[in-house]
Amino acid sequence: MEYVDRKKRGLTIQVYYREIFRGVWITTKHFFRNLWKWLTFRKGGVVILYPEETRPDMSPNNRGRHVLVQRSNGQPRCVACKMCATICPALCITIEAEESEDPNIQRRPRVFEIDVSHCIFCGFCVEACPVDAIRMLPQTNELVGYNRFRMIYDKEKLLTWHPTVSDDVVYGYNPKA
Amino acid sequence: MEANFLGINVVKFWTYFILAGGIFAFMFLMGAVMSWSERKQSAVLQDRIGANRASIPLPFGKKLAMWGFINNLADAIKCLIKEDFKPGVYDKLMYNLAIFFAFVPAVLAVAVVPFAGVLKPAEFFNVSYLKWIPYLPEYFAKNLPNFSFRLQVADLNVGLLFIFAVGGVSVFGAILAGWSSNNKFSMMGALRSASQMISYEVSMGLSLVGIIFIFQTVNIWDLVQAQSELAWGWLPKWGIFVQPLAFFIFLAAAVAENKRVPFDLPEAESEIISGYFTEYSAFKMLLFMFAEFIEIVFVAIMIATFFFGGYTVPYLLADGFYFPGGSYVHLSHATVVILQVLSFQVKVFFFAWFLQQMRWSLPRFRYDQLMQLGWRILLPLAIVNLIITIIIVALGGL
Repeated sequence: MEYVDRKKRGLTIQVYYREIFRGVWITTKHFFRNLWKWLTFRKGGVVILYPEETRPDMSPNNRGRHVLVQRSNGQPRCVACKMCATICPALCITIEAEESEDPNIQRRPRVFEIDVSHCIFCGFCVEACPVDAIRMLPQTNELVGYNRFRMIYDKEKLLTWHPTVSDDVVYGYNPKA
Repeated sequence: MEANFLGINVVKFWTYFILAGGIFAFMFLMGAVMSWSERKQSAVLQDRIGANRASIPLPFGKKLAMWGFINNLADAIKCLIKEDFKPGVYDKLMYNLAIFFAFVPAVLAVAVVPFAGVLKPAEFFNVSYLKWIPYLPEYFAKNLPNFSFRLQVADLNVGLLFIFAVGGVSVFGAILAGWSSNNKFSMMGALRSASQMISYEVSMGLSLVGIIFIFQTVNIWDLVQAQSELAWGWLPKWGIFVQPLAFFIFLAAAVAENKRVPFDLPEAESEIISGYFTEYSAFKMLLFMFAEFIEIVFVAIMIATFFFGGYTVPYLLADGFYFPGGSYVHLSHATVVILQVLSFQVKVFFFAWFLQQMRWSLPRFRYDQLMQLGWRILLPLAIVNLIITIIIVALGGL
C-alpha cells in the first residue's frame, strides 16, 4: 500500500544544475540590486544601523517606555492609588505614598519606581490608571543599562524622560524602489 | 644575457623570482579579498549591511572602516593574540604539518598556470605610456634587446598532471589534521572529507581528459594557446565551447574538492562541529580558513584556464585584434600583455565571485546524496562525455 506519493525525479532535477542556477539567479539579482544601491550612495540593505539610526516607522500603538504625566506645576499627576502596581503581572512597579501639600489632592507618590528590566510591556498599568498619570511612548530604544540597578527608573527619570528621535529619517525598505 | 653567477643566469633568476613572488602575492591578496567578500558579498546578497564596525580612528572624528576590510585585520590580530589551545594528547608533528598540507598545494599548483602571454621587456617598456619608468626602458633596450619570457613560473610539460598531483596532496591535510588531533569528531570529519575529496577527484580528473584529447596536450601553456584558436573562423576554441558537459562536471567536482557549500559536509561550520580542524584554534584555525579561500581562487583559476581560455582575449593575437570580419586593430606589445593579464584577472575574479555566490545561495547535500551525485551521476556523465569526445576526435572532428 502506498501512502506517500513521491514524484519521480527526472534527470534535470537529479543533476541539480537547473535548480542551482535558479537559486543563484535569485541571489544574484539581489546582489546586483543592492550593489547598485551601494554604488549610488544609498543603503543597500533592509537593516537599520542601530545606534546611528532609529526606526521612524514605529507604530503609534507600540507600547514602549513609560512616562509619568505631569501637572502644570511639574508634579506628577499620580495620586498613588497603587492600581498599576496591583495589576502589574511582572510586579515591577514600586509605589510609596505620602501626603500631598496641596489641600485639593490627598496623596502623591513619594517613591515611584519601575524596574524596566522586569517589565513585560503589557500596558496594564496604563489601562488601570484612573487619572491617566502613566502612559507608554512608542519608542523603546535606549532602554539599556550597564547593570540591573540602572534599569530601575525612579520618579525623577520617569517625569523628565523626554524621548529623542534621530534626525536621520530612514524610510522603510522597498525592494522595488 | 651573459651575466652569470655560479652558473645561474642572473636576469633569468630575477625574472622568475619576481614572477613567482607576483603569483604568490596575487594568491595571498586574493585570499584576503575572498575572506572579505565572504562576509560582505553574503551581506549584500542577503539585503544586509555586513561587516562595517571595526575601524581605525582618524583625526577629526573620522573612522577608517574600508567597507569591512578592517574587520579582517582585526580578525588576524585577534587570532594572533588568542591562546593557541591544543589537545592534551596529540601527534605534534602531524598536527603542525597538516596545516601546510592544506595550505601549500593550492599556492604551489598555480606555478604552472600562465597568467599572460610572452613578454618582451625591451618592447614592453618601449611604449609611450611606460616611458616614465626610470632606468628600465634604457636598460632592456641596450642590454637585452631580444630577451623574452613567458609569464608563467614553471613551464612544465606535464602541467595538468602536476596540478592534479599537487592538488591531490591537499587530502592529506584534512586526514592528518583529523587524525593527529586525537579527537573522535575530528577523525570522523577527516573521514568525511577524505571520502568526499577522493570520490570527486575521479570525476574531476575524467572531465578534463576530454580536453586533453581535443587539444592533444597536458602542457598548460599549449592548452591555453590552443584555446585561443578559432573554430569556423569566429568561435574561440574555449573549453566551455568544445567540452560544455565537462565544464559542469568539473565545476561541481571542483566545488566538492574545495569542501564548500553545497558540499561542505566535512566542515558544516555550525551544525556539525568544524570537522577535521575542530581541535585547531587561533592562528592555526585561521590558516585552515585562509587555505580554503586560496583554494577558491585556485578553483577559479583552473576554471578560467581550462574552460575559458586562460589569459587569452578572443581575437587578440600578439600584435592586435583580428576580428572575424577581416578588420584589424593594431595594438602595441605592452597593451596586448596588459590586456591579457587583465583578461585573466577578470575571469578569475568572476569565477571566485560566482563560487561565493553559490556558497551563499545553496543548501547542503545530505551525505548519501553527495556520494550518489559523485559516483552515480557525475562519474557516468564524465565517462559518457569522454566516450563521445573520443569518437569525435577519432572521426577527425575538431
